[in-house]
Amino acid sequence: MIAAAALAILVAMSLAIVRALLGPTIYDRILAINLFGTKTVMLITLIAAMAGRADYLDIALVYAMINFIGMIAVLKFFEYGSLGHAGSDGQED
Amino acid sequence: MTILDILSGTLLLAGCALGVIGAIGLIRFPDFYTRMHAAGVTDTLCAGLFLGGLAIQFGMTLASAKLLLIFLFMLFTCPTSSHALAKAARHGGLKPWTKAGSDGLDAMGHEGAKSR
Repeated sequence: MIAAAALAILVAMSLAIVRALLGPTIYDRILAINLFGTKTVMLITLIAAMAGRADYLDIALVYAMINFIGMIAVLKFFEYGSLGHAGSDGQED
Repeated sequence: MTILDILSGTLLLAGCALGVIGAIGLIRFPDFYTRMHAAGVTDTLCAGLFLGGLAIQFGMTLASAKLLLIFLFMLFTCPTSSHALAKAARHGGLKPWTKAGSDGLDAMGHEGAKSR
């Protein structure tokens, strides 16, 4: 049962990679990688279930956090052209 | 196959079906915003069904609590990142695709795009 779930997740991940390669705009690619990251979290929980070791779930949780933070950082970079300058506490826009 | 196994199996399969449907929607939809709808909607629900199915496998242990935490975290952050992505795309000048108005402009509004 869990192997079938893992196979379905891998199919969804490969479709996300196809969209990442095909995507005409940058935002399609970011969206595909975001979906890929979410599916990776699912895959890690599956591996935790397969291996029977519950401490893999911490890895999945950390991966979900990193996926979110990376997503917001990339979007901030694309929207404002830079990730903010060191030492500038927001005077210039 | 106890009732719990059957229940967790159906939840897992429903989660996987949603995941694949979301990925297919990601491929087939014509425009970024529609693809985002496909990916964003199924993401959170697929995670919910999936983690619910796995929590039943693990039973009432610390692992189920961790799975619940993962689900809660994704419940709050997936929509937030989708919103940030849509806002960035909209500010980046990406116009929604309209079937009637395929006026030769491509997604970023440049001239001379083939209208599908």
